[in-house]
Amino acid sequence: MMRYFAPLAIFAVIVVIFAFGLHQAPRKDLVPSPLIGKPAPSFTLPSLADPTQTVSNAALHGHWYLLNVWGTWCISCRLEAPELLAIAHTGVVPVIGLDWKDSRSAAMRYLAQRGNPYQQIAFDPGGLEAIHWGVYGAPETFIVNPQGIIVYKYIGPITPGAWTRDFLPRLQAAQTVSGS
Amino acid sequence: MIPELGQFALILALLLSVLQAFFGIAGPALGRERWTAAVIPAVAGQFVMVSTAMGCLMAAFIGNDFSVRYVAENSNSALPLFYRIAGVWGAHSGSLLLWIFLLACWTLAAAIGTARLPRNFAARVLGVLGTISIGFLLYTLITSNPFVRLDPPWADGMGLNPILQDPGLAAHPPVLYTGYVGLAVAFAFAGAALLEGRLDREWARWTRPWATTAWAFLTCGITLGSWWAYYTLGWGGFWFWDPVENASFMPWLMGTALIHSLAVTEKRGLFKSWTLLLAVLGFSLSLIGTFLVRSGVLISVHSFVASPGRGEFILTFLVIMIGAALALYAWRAPQMQSEAGFELSARESFLLFNNILLVTACGTIFAGEMAPIISIALHLGKLSVGPPYFNPTFLVSMLPLLVLVPFGMHARWKRGGLGERGRTLSIALAAAALIGCAVAFGVFTGAGILSPVSMTLGAWIILASLIDPIDRLRRRIAIPRAVLGMTVAHIGLGVFVIAMTAVQGFTAEQDVALTRGMSARDGGYTFQFERIKPLHGPNYGGAEAKILVSRNGKPVTVMYPQKRTYWVQHMVTTHSAIDINGGSNILVALGQDLGDGRWSFRLQVRPLVLYIWIGALIMAAGGLLAITDRRYRLAESRETAAAGPLPAAGTGS
Repeated sequence: MMRYFAPLAIFAVIVVIFAFGLHQAPRKDLVPSPLIGKPAPSFTLPSLADPTQTVSNAALHGHWYLLNVWGTWCISCRLEAPELLAIAHTGVVPVIGLDWKDSRSAAMRYLAQRGNPYQQIAFDPGGLEAIHWGVYGAPETFIVNPQGIIVYKYIGPITPGAWTRDFLPRLQAAQTVSGS
Repeated sequence: MIPELGQFALILALLLSVLQAFFGIAGPALGRERWTAAVIPAVAGQFVMVSTAMGCLMAAFIGNDFSVRYVAENSNSALPLFYRIAGVWGAHSGSLLLWIFLLACWTLAAAIGTARLPRNFAARVLGVLGTISIGFLLYTLITSNPFVRLDPPWADGMGLNPILQDPGLAAHPPVLYTGYVGLAVAFAFAGAALLEGRLDREWARWTRPWATTAWAFLTCGITLGSWWAYYTLGWGGFWFWDPVENASFMPWLMGTALIHSLAVTEKRGLFKSWTLLLAVLGFSLSLIGTFLVRSGVLISVHSFVASPGRGEFILTFLVIMIGAALALYAWRAPQMQSEAGFELSARESFLLFNNILLVTACGTIFAGEMAPIISIALHLGKLSVGPPYFNPTFLVSMLPLLVLVPFGMHARWKRGGLGERGRTLSIALAAAALIGCAVAFGVFTGAGILSPVSMTLGAWIILASLIDPIDRLRRRIAIPRAVLGMTVAHIGLGVFVIAMTAVQGFTAEQDVALTRGMSARDGGYTFQFERIKPLHGPNYGGAEAKILVSRNGKPVTVMYPQKRTYWVQHMVTTHSAIDINGGSNILVALGQDLGDGRWSFRLQVRPLVLYIWIGALIMAAGGLLAITDRRYRLAESRETAAAGPLPAAGTGS
């Protein structure tokens, strides 16, 4: 009569797997990010603040930087705005903004109201550049190392916890290596 | 005031569902008749409360109450009234409330439908439904309350996700959830039988109409979703093996197995424990699908926003509900002995194989869903499982199933064999092979091995389905609705198989860049790019192209593919132009502006694609036809005239 217990046993195994998956889920590691470990796509885009200027990540070669994809229409971006300002304030790493599928006037108004955490902001109204970076939602944040390699991709609003857990160790470990 | 009223109603509904579960299960168990009798008022009260909550949320949407967070995040004053109503189930919290509302409707229907069944059994059914209701109400109130206020309220809402602004999609969740929740009723019938520790052929007859109705709604819901994906997403596909789609498809496969297994249990008193297990698994897979989609464990194209607390809650609920049902099954099922044996060539065997293949197909899909999670757990690296896995594995179990269908319809019960039907079936097979090869090689070109084979199978299923009704007509014998329903459903399956084969085997597709006046050829049609103009919608802007389509020099149609940009969300959506021409489906999607007046287009000619959905709807119609059979009505009217036929839950209010 053991066979009648088989469904229950299989279900128990499935629950264990689910519990594991749930444990992993908040870290969003399950999203394959084929760009991690690859050179960051180089871009030259008009600057948000001044259309006559351009922003290019080639100029950032040799430095660590964060590329934060955002838009005024993105509610989660508003959620992470205070944390981004705090990060910018620490001065650990420069934050480069990629203003995605946005309008220039709305973006300027948004930054004036909430403060600007970005060192530079590239303006990508058509969203073409974001495609090269494999962006499929905002906000997304990439860590790029001095060799121009994407070290990490974070999906969703950056929380203080995520900053200390996911960002800082990567930035610090790398800095001690490059410092030695 | 109104949102608070809604929330209060939900809390009362929770209390009533606790009473419903308690009285329904404890009453019969302890033999307290007054407790048992108290189930019905609890059901009615819960229905009223849940309806009130639903009405309150709807009122908040219609009245543009942007002090309610859920309304502010999913509606907008510029949104047409229709989509403000559909916006109620446009996101996580509201769709849960819809789920709960439909569960309340089905529970009320079950209370009416089981009124003439033995009292203890009916009470247990309602008690089990009450436990499901408790879980979903708690989940909504604790993790996903749609009535939470914003302070200060927003001046205007964010608007409904533009890809959800489509009539097909507005109807998709209610229909699909009606199917999911219907499986909960079959689950509750199984639960009641397990609690009683007794299952006879009567039980199967009571359960069948509910299971079949749920299955028919599930079929319609999946069809609507697939049609919507094809039409709105402009991807040119109808099935993507996305986790959300699989979450609805797995219960469907189980439901299909269940309605066939129930037929055997009712007719012959066999497969009792197996039928019970299928009834439990069908709804369990709905719950597991909900967990996978809403917990963030799997990231999908249209996944809901994940927040950690939600996943843990659903997992706990899963463990309690499914764990309890399966534990009860392990304890009680050994007592449910089959009443008789059968020969290998009997209809019972074919239906058993049908069940094995359907469950296998479901299992392979489930394994594909789990694979990414397992590979991470075992540190095997990231693994993405897509159509290259799902298509072949699904085909491996489905092709033999199609071969079995005609035998399953015509083999004799118990002693087996086809009798005089054997010859008729052979003739039908020969005719089907002729039709299949003629279509695969004559009408279309470039057929592989699989196309003529599956064309033949589709045609054979249709012809085999017609044998019995034609025979009865010739002999002037009435055709019972159940038989007619089965015939219709199987014809639908045949239509579906043929359409699927045509689309998979003979679709012509290409991407072209055109300037004005230029033309391209695809699938025997010529497409000429006439002009492009800007688009001004109520809440969107964009561009619309005009394409002249002709065949052999004769104009066929004019098509207007669109690309829309929704202002509020800054989101671009593609609205393909679709035209039906003699069974072929021509699709033109507008791509990028390449500059200098050049635009990219995607051209597709998909033969018979419309019949994929028509076939599926015919299947569902067959199911609904079958439940109007006299013997289900007799079962009720034998004892009373008051109880009507099956109430169609979901169409209510």
